[in-house]
Amino acid sequence: MKINSYLDKTTKAASLAAFRILFGLLMLVSLIRFAALGWIDKLYISPNFFFKYTGFFWVHPIGEWTYLLFAFCGLSAIGVTLGYRYRLSIVSFFLSFTYIELMDKTTYLNHYYFISVMAFIMIWLPMHRYYSVDAYRDHNIRAQYIPQWTVDAIKVVLGIVYFYAGLAKINYDWLVNALPLKIWLPGSYDLPIIGGLLEQSWVAYMFSWSGMIYDLMIPFLLLWKPTRNIAFFLVVVFHLLTRALFPIGMFPYIMIVSTLIFFDARVHEKILDVFSKLIGISRSIFDNRVSLTTKQLAHHNWKIYIVGIFLILQLLLPFRHLIYPGNLYWTEEGYRFSWRVMLMEKAGTATFKIVDGKTGKRFYVDNKDFLTSFQEKQMATQPDMIVEYAHYLRDHFASQGHQNVEVYVESYVTLNGALSKPYINPKVDLGKESDTWTHKDYILEY
Amino acid sequence: MKKISKLGLLILLSIVSTIWIGCGDDMPSTSKVPDDQFDRSTMLEHWVDGFIIPGYQSYLEVVDSMDAKAKRFAVDPNTSRLNDLRNNYRFAYNAWQEVSLFEIGKAEEVALRNNTNIYPTKTEEILENISTGTYNLALPSTIAQQGLPAIDFLIYGIGETDQEIVDLYINSPNQRIYLTDLTSRLTSLTRAVYNDWTNGYREAFIADDGSSASSSVNRMVNDYLFYYERFLRAGKIAIPAGVFSGTPLANNVEALYTPTPTINKSLYINSLTKFKDFFDGKSSYIGNGPSLSAYLEYIQNLTNGADVSGAITTAMDNAIVVSLDLNNDLNAQVIEDNSKMLETYDALQVITVLMKTDMLSTLNISVDYVDADGD
Repeated sequence: MKINSYLDKTTKAASLAAFRILFGLLMLVSLIRFAALGWIDKLYISPNFFFKYTGFFWVHPIGEWTYLLFAFCGLSAIGVTLGYRYRLSIVSFFLSFTYIELMDKTTYLNHYYFISVMAFIMIWLPMHRYYSVDAYRDHNIRAQYIPQWTVDAIKVVLGIVYFYAGLAKINYDWLVNALPLKIWLPGSYDLPIIGGLLEQSWVAYMFSWSGMIYDLMIPFLLLWKPTRNIAFFLVVVFHLLTRALFPIGMFPYIMIVSTLIFFDARVHEKILDVFSKLIGISRSIFDNRVSLTTKQLAHHNWKIYIVGIFLILQLLLPFRHLIYPGNLYWTEEGYRFSWRVMLMEKAGTATFKIVDGKTGKRFYVDNKDFLTSFQEKQMATQPDMIVEYAHYLRDHFASQGHQNVEVYVESYVTLNGALSKPYINPKVDLGKESDTWTHKDYILEY
Repeated sequence: MKKISKLGLLILLSIVSTIWIGCGDDMPSTSKVPDDQFDRSTMLEHWVDGFIIPGYQSYLEVVDSMDAKAKRFAVDPNTSRLNDLRNNYRFAYNAWQEVSLFEIGKAEEVALRNNTNIYPTKTEEILENISTGTYNLALPSTIAQQGLPAIDFLIYGIGETDQEIVDLYINSPNQRIYLTDLTSRLTSLTRAVYNDWTNGYREAFIADDGSSASSSVNRMVNDYLFYYERFLRAGKIAIPAGVFSGTPLANNVEALYTPTPTINKSLYINSLTKFKDFFDGKSSYIGNGPSLSAYLEYIQNLTNGADVSGAITTAMDNAIVVSLDLNNDLNAQVIEDNSKMLETYDALQVITVLMKTDMLSTLNISVDYVDADGD
């Protein structure tokens, strides 16, 4: 009964409409920025080799067509913003954006994953029933009120991002040693005003602890009305500060804008009023007093199941590292897709040795012949990338006529300022090891 | 209405602070750096005044006189003038080791290193250039037909005996022109680089003391490492030892044609020593000053981090000890006992690992100085 009455609760559709418009615009800006910085070519066209995700080996780079894919993705973002053929737009945005991300594991960032997650959930929500081209043209889909849970679903996604990022910060190095912030903060010594403070140890501790508390608390402070305004102020300060300290691109703005969803529908209506003034189409056209019920929205409730299962999956996925042995930061098994943001300073070198298993004849590989320096850097600290690259080298040199190819790696990694240590067992022929979701026992102990 | 103006104010505030922060990235910092901070601009100054400018100055002097001696030889080729030129060439090659690592600014623009020291030199193409008399040394495709390795071939390797070499020059005007084209090209390229440093670039380089990916410290450290990996470790030792090919390539040593006393080992030792001196801030012109070792120690103290600077120093000292054991002729060393070359490579590789992982991580320097987003 309780669940049913919750599903019957409604709220103003303006909330999702405002979110849709702001999200679409930010995506468009992000894509344009990405292209303007020359990163399409640098990251997706010029490399010779691409690191694939397990299970997505069928995703192939598409050369010069990548520009078209970005254009398509940008057009979809415009479609989302306008609410024009919304379902088609958001599905094509989700697919094209995710395809871009799947092309090369090297560029994995939690905030790209966040965008895929958000776009996926937006497919199932009534984002276009209000203040959209679709609803303007077809009054049948127009609705002033929508089920409350559709807005809450977005809040849950945001809450997960913050809360799990906070949970991840509860670890020894972060809290007791203020690492890696102690290493990173002095790097921004030349910032105006605060620059001089950043080399102070207490500042690193303050940032570490307040960052942890902020991440854990902010979803609740945003949910609770009395603290909402101050919470939003903190969101703005926090993200602008991280923007100033670290090279994190558009992410701070995306988070600042996304958290507006926690506000009252009245705020969202005001945001829409701003757009109304800009384009001269009044919001009142959409105020038809129609309530979209959960039943109308979700035939046989399957949309609720999709959203529900997806959210539960999001809650569980970050804990999958528990099934792997060893230090998570060292092995990175179960590290991605878990909102572990800026948690460690890790760097490494990996030198590959190709050996003829019969004659013992050997030579070393110059990684620059195959990888960009960005790829080389990312590969050197991530075992799944090391083994994937080793397989590529095995096949490459076998196809060049080398016999009995065995691939060994001499690798060293430094974690949070400790002196570098051997990383992958140099005696293991990586050509014979597989890259699966099972534990990689050729990772040496930390 | 009140809410909306509050929100508007917030958004305005965000935009303003974004612009303020955005500009902050590129603006040279005008605020005075407090005393307790490591002064990067002093380090940059020491690099320029203690290594780069005096290094180029002495290299320029010796390539200048090499050019003059090549021209003297071309006017009247004889063995005495040839030997004069050869001596000067040995000095020039040695002096080059001091500046090869500073491929930054004008040197990068004119590709000084590629135009000066690409070996093995392509002897057949050189001979063809001489016989046809048509060539364009400014083309990137000709980098292995010019520079010090080509001069090495032209003054030592082109004939069997000294008299034979002199006779070749007497009989071939084209060969005389080619030799002096090479020496004068080295002079003019080096002069352009030197003049650029002394006419404004010095100040611009020192002023760019920020922390952005394209700041002077970041670029210099990246270039320093790139030089070490590619030209010192790989070029001088690993490639001739066959580390990357599986089979030793004895003829890929530096200064292949220079006979006894061969110089390739001393060039290598000199470059390794200069590489270490730069790390320690030990200038042979103005004495000691702050450099990477001091910078590392400063950061290590801040973070209670591992003694990276000490580990690098130990690795460098060890590499020098191992290297001193090599034959004076690396070509002979590869042919007779390549295992010593491989041992040397292993010792050099320890430095690579420490610098690329530990040093860059400690100094917070991105290995790829083209910006990319992080989490």
